[in-house]
Amino acid sequence: MSEGTVATQHTYVPLWRVRLNLFLRSLRTNWALFAENPIGLIGLGIIIFFGLFALAHPILMNTVWPSKIYDPVSGYDMEVAFHPAPPSPRHLLGTDPLGRDVLSQLMYSTRYEFALGILSAVVTVVIATTIGAVSAYYGGIIDTLFMRLADLVIMVPFLPILIVLSALTEVGMIELALVIGILSGFGGTTIVIKSQALAIKVKPFIEAARVSGGGDFHIIFRHLIPNLLPISLLYMMFVVTGAIFSEAVLSFFGLTTIQMSWGIMINTTQLFGYLLRFDTWWLLIPASLAITTLCAAFYLVGRALDEVVNPRLRRR
Amino acid sequence: MRDEILVDIQHLSKLYPVETGFFTRTNLFVHAVSDLNLQIYRGESVGLVGESGCGKTTTGKLLVRLIDPTEGKIAFHAEDGVVDVATLRGKALKRFRRNVQMIFQDPYESLNPRMTIYDTVAEPLDVQGIGTLPEREERVAELLETVGLTPASSFMFRYPHELSGGQRQRVAIARALVVEPTFVVADEPTSMLDVSVRTGVMQLMQELADKLGVTYLYITHDLAVARYMCQRIAVMYLGKMVELAETEELLHHPQHPYTRALLSAVPVPDPTYKRKPMEIKGGISKPINPPPRCRFYERCPIADDFCRDNDHPPLEDKGGNHFVACYKV
Repeated sequence: MSEGTVATQHTYVPLWRVRLNLFLRSLRTNWALFAENPIGLIGLGIIIFFGLFALAHPILMNTVWPSKIYDPVSGYDMEVAFHPAPPSPRHLLGTDPLGRDVLSQLMYSTRYEFALGILSAVVTVVIATTIGAVSAYYGGIIDTLFMRLADLVIMVPFLPILIVLSALTEVGMIELALVIGILSGFGGTTIVIKSQALAIKVKPFIEAARVSGGGDFHIIFRHLIPNLLPISLLYMMFVVTGAIFSEAVLSFFGLTTIQMSWGIMINTTQLFGYLLRFDTWWLLIPASLAITTLCAAFYLVGRALDEVVNPRLRRR
Repeated sequence: MRDEILVDIQHLSKLYPVETGFFTRTNLFVHAVSDLNLQIYRGESVGLVGESGCGKTTTGKLLVRLIDPTEGKIAFHAEDGVVDVATLRGKALKRFRRNVQMIFQDPYESLNPRMTIYDTVAEPLDVQGIGTLPEREERVAELLETVGLTPASSFMFRYPHELSGGQRQRVAIARALVVEPTFVVADEPTSMLDVSVRTGVMQLMQELADKLGVTYLYITHDLAVARYMCQRIAVMYLGKMVELAETEELLHHPQHPYTRALLSAVPVPDPTYKRKPMEIKGGISKPINPPPRCRFYERCPIADDFCRDNDHPPLEDKGGNHFVACYKV
């Protein structure tokens, strides 16, 4: 054979450069698939909008909004006679019963909603992917243990757990994100990912890796998990939706110690008896709409990613 | 060439319990491979032929220790001494894996879709900790050229879905050979390929056998492929070996009734050829707790009461290294 040609043709390119290029290329092809679907683009657009919305808050606070009046938690506008005040040029979305600016609250909360959603999604995916891969790979007693645990977590109602938890300790944003992430990670998501891992585990390339001398650790982390990542990413999106929604529900019931969030905004409205009054719509609608839209946006992105990950769903 | 034993299989058996219920302990077993004896010599290619479900693949997987045998010994004569494959563990097993590799049937399933060709081929080196990164890259490039994927640089960083079936199988062959094994189990490596690329892959495997001195166990259901590839052929039926002989001897003078039936089923490219009526009756049965008599008894045209009343016949030398397991020939 032509061993001589190898050296001449094979100009040495560092491996990481090659891998980076491959990664960028796969990103491009996947983006092309994703962009075919208007649903995903709409979702992504909404997420980007909220992202900018969140970024704008600190800028506004440092430039045009004096913090005495516009601080989302402690602000109070003395110059308005009666709170809650309807929308005006001074307060674009009015003020709440405590005299704080609603738009400022809405913008300030956005970044925490993002942080909460993404943190709990990451926790979920890390737990669910690892547990799913391990229990599918080993089977037997480990599998039984984790699957019965998953059944248990699914059976146990979520809200009562948090009520008990909030009685025992303070539930802030991070605690809430961890609890949602752990419950979701050990529960339903694990079962879905495990079922996928079972299908991959029996493929001959796993056997080939074993014949090569690869141990359990090597097979799980080099073969199983990379093949599970697309579906993990997908479930991440759905967990974000669930986490934002749960936070809103819990804050509305006053079960968290979070200072300001969209759920808290609705909670304040309810505390002061403005919840079912349509003449003070600016107290209820902006926060509810933000929750609904951001949840929907992550869900839509998830649906579009589903089509990228799962070619059978594509309409061709 | 015919003197040095590489693999010595003795009384190899693999039984699978039949799942009945959660609480009942089963005493039904599928005898996938039972009491198999075979010596494979260094440098030769042995064909393992038989119909679906006769235990060919199970035998192959037992030899590379993908599954653990129920009984029996597999003595593997490595450079640094004889090891019993059936009881290897830990480090010794990992070292054994440098000497023995397997090529799988389906090239569409045997390559990880998320790994590049380079990663796939270099994986055994990586796992075994052989060489530095640049050395591995060079070795992989060289091997890809050897298996006919030229130029290597244009294949190294592609994904399996970008290659054709024949190219993928060449990648699988490269992966099997990258650690320079002495023994390769090839599990129907050409059966999933188009007829047009089949011969190319077979030629390649033969060239590599000559060049690198690889010993093959070639599992196939296709007698023509076995004839092309192998010096000796072993015929299996329901987990038992029924006949073993040199390729031409076996094909021209088949003695076991099953081998004869198998050979009579090979199509003859002659439109005026009248096929002899099928000698054997019935279809292949499941080897679940088989009665202690010849496994082929129910279908055999020449069986009599002696065959019914005695255990499965032993493999006997009928002259000229032609082994047959039958009382009647």
